[in-house]
Amino acid sequence: MHLRDLPRDRHFRHGASDMLAFGPGLAAWGLVTGVAMTQSGLGVGLSILMSLTVYAGSAQLASLPLLAGGAPMWVIWASAFCVNLRFVIFSSQWRVHLGHLPRRRRLVLGYLLADLNLVVFQKAWPDRDAHQTGQARYAAGGAVAVWTVWQVSSLAGILLSSLVPLSWGLGFAGTLSMLGIAYSLLNDRAAWVAAIVSAAAAVAAFALPLKLNILVAIAAAVAASLVMARAAQVAERSA
Amino acid sequence: MTLADGLLPAWAHGAITILGLAAVTALSRGFFLWSKRDLRLPDALQRALQVAPLAAIVAVLAPEIFMTHGALIGTWRDARLPAALAATAFYAWRPGVLGPLLAGLAVYMPLHVGLGW
Repeated sequence: MHLRDLPRDRHFRHGASDMLAFGPGLAAWGLVTGVAMTQSGLGVGLSILMSLTVYAGSAQLASLPLLAGGAPMWVIWASAFCVNLRFVIFSSQWRVHLGHLPRRRRLVLGYLLADLNLVVFQKAWPDRDAHQTGQARYAAGGAVAVWTVWQVSSLAGILLSSLVPLSWGLGFAGTLSMLGIAYSLLNDRAAWVAAIVSAAAAVAAFALPLKLNILVAIAAAVAASLVMARAAQVAERSA
Repeated sequence: MTLADGLLPAWAHGAITILGLAAVTALSRGFFLWSKRDLRLPDALQRALQVAPLAAIVAVLAPEIFMTHGALIGTWRDARLPAALAATAFYAWRPGVLGPLLAGLAVYMPLHVGLGW
């Protein structure tokens, strides 16, 4: 399929519109990130460059104090990679659904796929073990939607940073909008266990640097899910 | 890099750092998409990894809702708990994204901006 035809594709449009439900929360986060970049002293030009190219909110926020403090480049890059380690895990999931694409195309698409994209994707395509027709176009639609909302709001935050009242706690709007998607994924016992284990681990490991508590929480949830699957197998065999 | 400190103007140093960060994004998001061979993790692990996105979201949300300054919230005068409760109640009534968000903000804004909770 030619890229030109994408905007008219049914799956592409579906992917974009599913994602736009998160528009308000995503925009609140983008705005806050834009303001944070300028207020860290990065300057308008570099803030815009960062928003357009780095395109990973949590890694951006984590590198700001390091950039401002004049940390060596490799330290900044290494810490961003640690903050982004969850994407390495996510990419193994994307491989199932995008593995059939030509390499260049799947890498470009992969670069554009943020956290929210995989979560919404999993919601729309519950059978996660196999590739189905239309999945890549659905993912591309979601990617374009998130990119657009995020960049517009982030650039607005950069350009209007002195006008946005951070004391209102706008960032919490992003948190509240994620609650809905988290609840919507709690559709079986395994998901509940994963969520509870992850929440407890994230709080307990909060003191770790570089948001590594998120990685610890993912590892704990995946381990719990492995153990549960094994226990279910054993129970089935003995029944 | 310390070597570059004296050699590059500050903006160029910043720009190189930022482009490096962009490469880090591409590397991490494309990690398992690089290989030309079809990579398959063991089935059990692949299936267990399916909870990773939910776990990541919950891991971001839980501290944002339950913690303040690195410790669990010790007071009920924090606007986030009632706001999260309101959003949860709304979700139980009508699942969705925008409804719970607005319900939560309707509780959060007066308490946070008005009362300073």
